[in-house]
Amino acid sequence: MKLNSLKYGLMGAVAMGAMSVSPTLADNVSACLITKTDTNPFFVKMKEGALSGAEKNGIDLQTFAGKIDGDVETQVAAIETCIASGAKGILITPSDSVALAPAVKQARDNGLLVIALDTPFEPADTADATFATDNFKAGVLIGEWAKAKMGAEAANAKIALLDLNVSEVSVDYLRDQGFLTGFGVDVKNPKDIGDEDDPRIVGNDITQGNEEGGRKAMENLLQKDPEINLVYTINEPSAAGAYEALKAVGREKNVLIVSVDGGCPGVQNVKEGVIGATSMQFPLLMASKGIEAIKTWADTGKKPENTPGLDFYDTGVQLITDAPVKGVESIDSKAGLGKCWG
Amino acid sequence: MTKNYEHSLPENKVDPASFEEHDRSFINHIQHFFHRNPTMVPVIVLALSIVVFGFVAGAKFFHPFNLSLIMQQVSIIGILAAGQSLIILTAGIDLSVAAIMVLTSVVMGRFAVVYGIPIYFAIPLGFAVGIFCGYLNGKLITLLKLPPFIVTLGTWNIFYALNLWYSGAQSIRGQDIDKTAPMLKWFGERIVFFGAQLTYGTILMMVVFGVLWYCLNRTAWGRHVYAVGDDKESAELAGIRTDKTLVSVYMVAGLICAVGAWASIGRVGSVSPQSFFEGNLQSITAVVIGGVSLFGGRGSIMGPLIGALIVGVFQSGLRLSGVDVLWQVFAIGWLIIIAVAIDQWIRKLSS
Repeated sequence: MKLNSLKYGLMGAVAMGAMSVSPTLADNVSACLITKTDTNPFFVKMKEGALSGAEKNGIDLQTFAGKIDGDVETQVAAIETCIASGAKGILITPSDSVALAPAVKQARDNGLLVIALDTPFEPADTADATFATDNFKAGVLIGEWAKAKMGAEAANAKIALLDLNVSEVSVDYLRDQGFLTGFGVDVKNPKDIGDEDDPRIVGNDITQGNEEGGRKAMENLLQKDPEINLVYTINEPSAAGAYEALKAVGREKNVLIVSVDGGCPGVQNVKEGVIGATSMQFPLLMASKGIEAIKTWADTGKKPENTPGLDFYDTGVQLITDAPVKGVESIDSKAGLGKCWG
Repeated sequence: MTKNYEHSLPENKVDPASFEEHDRSFINHIQHFFHRNPTMVPVIVLALSIVVFGFVAGAKFFHPFNLSLIMQQVSIIGILAAGQSLIILTAGIDLSVAAIMVLTSVVMGRFAVVYGIPIYFAIPLGFAVGIFCGYLNGKLITLLKLPPFIVTLGTWNIFYALNLWYSGAQSIRGQDIDKTAPMLKWFGERIVFFGAQLTYGTILMMVVFGVLWYCLNRTAWGRHVYAVGDDKESAELAGIRTDKTLVSVYMVAGLICAVGAWASIGRVGSVSPQSFFEGNLQSITAVVIGGVSLFGGRGSIMGPLIGALIVGVFQSGLRLSGVDVLWQVFAIGWLIIIAVAIDQWIRKLSS
């Protein structure tokens, strides 16, 4: 027995040594970060925040990512690897809010603290805690801004809604329905995109969250009604695509585009008047808060608490616009460029 | 002694199966017709779908703007399909086309916009990268004797990873391109007439198909491509250097992807490393619906152009009829299966 454990201990030490050169490894807490992809600058920034937070707190961080958004298998495998590696906690942006629940339960049963970042599980208490942007509020802010900006014309708005994809994941409907709520449209079922019957809505189309999809979706909706004058977009790359489509028909000056994200190219587009207003989120903060929570959990066994009134910890959202309106708090693009990610 | 069974039949029954035979020969006739003219099936499908959607979706569908928009929306996938069909004609397949395209667009964009290198250097450099990617595919297939599906499945991942690493997954904004290298967006320029908006990218797509048609039908290289696809061993025996031909095909396809990359910057309006994730499958869809046989050696290069347009017409028509995106995907799925079923039926003749 003794010999065996010594042998395993040595093997472990050798293996750990091969992975890192940190001399204090034996005492270090280890943790995992599992993102949806490592392609999106949002997750790249999140990883950056997690790595620097881990270094500060003396935590060894392993990072994993799915190949594409929706890649559940890779994330499940990553969770299993984390459990096997003896990590104290997992920070995860779930690719599927429901399908990952069994793997998460397994991790928690093994004594790991599981924290969802950015995308909540359904139900949220699948994980020990959630650190995320209030996506509904992010939508509400740009909706209220657009309403105030249009003034009396808001009653005659012709709205295009550029959403993410066909599966209507939570971030997709929260932003979409938040925007409509802020603008003063009856959203009917707040979890369903496109069930509204307000005549001001021209239509919904999907963008896959990239420029190409944004352009195509905008072209499609302009075919339905060339008079569209207000465009909601799920994120800033799709907003850039929509702008190109509007430019192609010479309408870019007469249309208000609003978006969510706060990536640096997006904030730059606010500065140049491409996007009217965008709601900035803070991936770096999500990650560093998450790392701190794992550290606290490892040291004291205390779990993080939610923001009062919400079933997650709100990492904040900030409206960025160069045309501030009364009643909606915002900062300008210059200040925004100092805070943007990616 | 041989018995004459025929003799026992009454005079008027000498040709007892004449009606049936007539029927069979009619279907045979169609089969032969399509065998000789492989592009006719997609042409008929395209014509039918235009008529049907014209009825269902109404006048908006026939508006010159909408028709030119369909062309514009399929132009990039169409260009990829041109390269793809070249490879499928050799009985291969290329899963890496879209990854090559996105990678080369990032190379062009970064060199021209980020490093400020003149456009007449940055674009040829992108072409060189595309050709090299194709060369790598071709060499792996011929040298290591690996199936094209496996090789390009691998390189698809490799090129995609390189693209994300090199771009940092970050788009280059259209406004920055306008400032430093507007020529990158040249294919987004348009000619407007009668309400139609013909982009240079759309014209480029047709030029690519035209040039390929000429090369395949009027040059020795083209005959070699068909020969290699039809029967590689006989082609070898006939003195064709099949491996060399194959490598050249993948290199040309790589070049076409790079040309598509330039056009895609004009179409999208920015350099977007995350666009066209499913471009490879969409290009294969266009080729298959265009009647090019996945078994190689059979099909016209013009088929995939029609195939791409069919997909565009279906999407536009269903959309204008108010059909959900989900059912557009569903319809394209059936189109693929029907197209291959028809191809199989026509191929029965040659076997």
